[in-house]
Amino acid sequence: MARELISTGNELAAKAALDSDVEFFGGYPITPSSEIMHILSSALPARGQACIQMEDEISGICTALGAAMSGKRAMTASSGPGISLKAENLGVGYISEIPLVIVNVMRGGPSTGLPTRVAQGDLLQAKNPTHGDVKSITLIPGNLSECYTEVARAFNLADRFMQPVFVLLDETIGHMNGKAIIPTIEEIKESIVPRKIFEGDPEKYEPYNVPSDQPAVLNPMFKGYKYHYTGLHHDFTGHPTENETMCENLIERLFKKVNAHLDEVESYEQYMLDDADIMIIAYGSLSLSAKEAVNRLRDEGIKVGLFRPITLWPSPADKIKELCDKFEKVLVCELNLGQYIQEIQRVSQRLDFETIFKANGRPIAPLEIIKKIKGM
Amino acid sequence: MAFNYDKYLRINKMPTLWCWGCGDGVILKALIRAIDELGWDMNDVCVVSGIGCSGRFSSYMNCNTVHTTHGRAIAYATGIKLANPDKKVICVTGDGDGLAIGGNHTIHGCRRNIDINHIVVNNFIYGLTNSQTSPTTPQGMWTVTMKRGNVDPTFDACKLAMGAGASFVARENVREPKKLERLLKNGLSHKGYSFFDIFSNCHINLGRKNKMNSAMANLDWIEEITVAKNKFEKLSDEEKVGKFPTGILKQDDEAAEYTDLYEKVKTAQKNKTAVQF
Repeated sequence: MARELISTGNELAAKAALDSDVEFFGGYPITPSSEIMHILSSALPARGQACIQMEDEISGICTALGAAMSGKRAMTASSGPGISLKAENLGVGYISEIPLVIVNVMRGGPSTGLPTRVAQGDLLQAKNPTHGDVKSITLIPGNLSECYTEVARAFNLADRFMQPVFVLLDETIGHMNGKAIIPTIEEIKESIVPRKIFEGDPEKYEPYNVPSDQPAVLNPMFKGYKYHYTGLHHDFTGHPTENETMCENLIERLFKKVNAHLDEVESYEQYMLDDADIMIIAYGSLSLSAKEAVNRLRDEGIKVGLFRPITLWPSPADKIKELCDKFEKVLVCELNLGQYIQEIQRVSQRLDFETIFKANGRPIAPLEIIKKIKGM
Repeated sequence: MAFNYDKYLRINKMPTLWCWGCGDGVILKALIRAIDELGWDMNDVCVVSGIGCSGRFSSYMNCNTVHTTHGRAIAYATGIKLANPDKKVICVTGDGDGLAIGGNHTIHGCRRNIDINHIVVNNFIYGLTNSQTSPTTPQGMWTVTMKRGNVDPTFDACKLAMGAGASFVARENVREPKKLERLLKNGLSHKGYSFFDIFSNCHINLGRKNKMNSAMANLDWIEEITVAKNKFEKLSDEEKVGKFPTGILKQDDEAAEYTDLYEKVKTAQKNKTAVQF
């Protein structure tokens, strides 16, 4: 039996972390994500684990990365300005292959922007959150239930692919209070896939000597497997190298470990698309408006459907291409000035989309979508 | 019999990348000898370093090691220690690393009095990146960013650490390896934030342009500016200018340590009571 509860997106994200056996949280207060740290600051020590409010956003992610390096399931949460500050150390997570869940509850930007208002302006930041080449895994829940299930999935993806995984909430969904139906605690516990460990001779342990499409195998610290973490390009033992082949193989593996297993990452929803004449593409909290618009338009006999990516990065490129080939009329809705549409245009090789973009801190109402569709 | 460093070092990483005559090697050896005297199991030790010449400490030590980003070693070390309170954490930074870009983390590490051993390899300059001014560069010295003489006021890192709340604060220089070893042993066995301001030579990127064109000339200058704490206290205010006391400058064995305090948070949360101090 699934569980039903009344909760907010931020509370559900924290609950999912706890049910996924998170062991460490490091962070810094920021609107609109702070509630996640509020909850974990009580719940983690109650279980004998630790949550620390650090002196700044940078040290918040560094403590979480440190705990994760030592073998703990770790997490941080923030919003746009905080993610910008965390950027450099996210790079450590990608190159050293540290599993970490980062929840970004998006608010209006750039800069301090609109701290208490909704936006979806951090999509491209989540795709390339740090300097250099990285392969982002980014999930975007589209309803309250997914604030729970996608955070739980993020922990497993982080451990599977040994890298940071973003979950993008936004101010609307983070603070929305309503009914959520979530899996049973047993289902969540059973779904937990802990990271791989090496159990052979410590003298022969080479954590980064793995197949070209697999992540590093990084044992917990203090268990006799002594190795080196560095943000520099490194060899099989984790030690710095500038060897041309080593550097090339490392960076290519960091991409291939995800690209070769897209089926394990990809997730999307198709809502009433089968018989539709028009396709809306929307994601996150905005997809709730879009669904409402689809329902009302269908009541009037207008055949509209919704495509909603749940894994934003890597994008469900094949599916987007297939749908954009099928539907002549496509409306893309985003709470930014057109970020995901760049990806949709790239994969579909089309430029003729109708759009509703808004970046003034306000959501897009179903009526605005309905009006737009009727004019298409 | 000569001391055998082998089991504490990653022998296949030798020789080090440090310049000939660099003081970092003296600190590395003193640290290893202190660990040996304390009988620490290297499986239980994590060495975290930042960016700069001192950043290489972690890769040479045969234990759990982390080479982090510029200035953030203390923050990583805080996460590792809080998540593994029964393990030993040593953090090695440079003066630019730990006092400029990472100054905030040093302040708050000291304030929490978390049981981290923070070694500042203080060579008064950004050595690795070729002679830019650091917070500890003495006024008047040539740096590549202050070619007519550095005007930035000189920074006393130990005063910062003491003021911020570290419960063990000490200073030594690499010309005194036996004293350094004893100091490290004392600090490593102290529970709380142990802050070591270790004066080291960089005759290449500090000395060359400041009339200290050899390791020995640079070390002679370091000896001139350091005075044993007992003697320092007897100096007049005028005589103290430009001098730094060495030895244990602060040791408070009663100060509450952060991971101990956090255990009280765990108990309070479990029992739904206020934290019992």
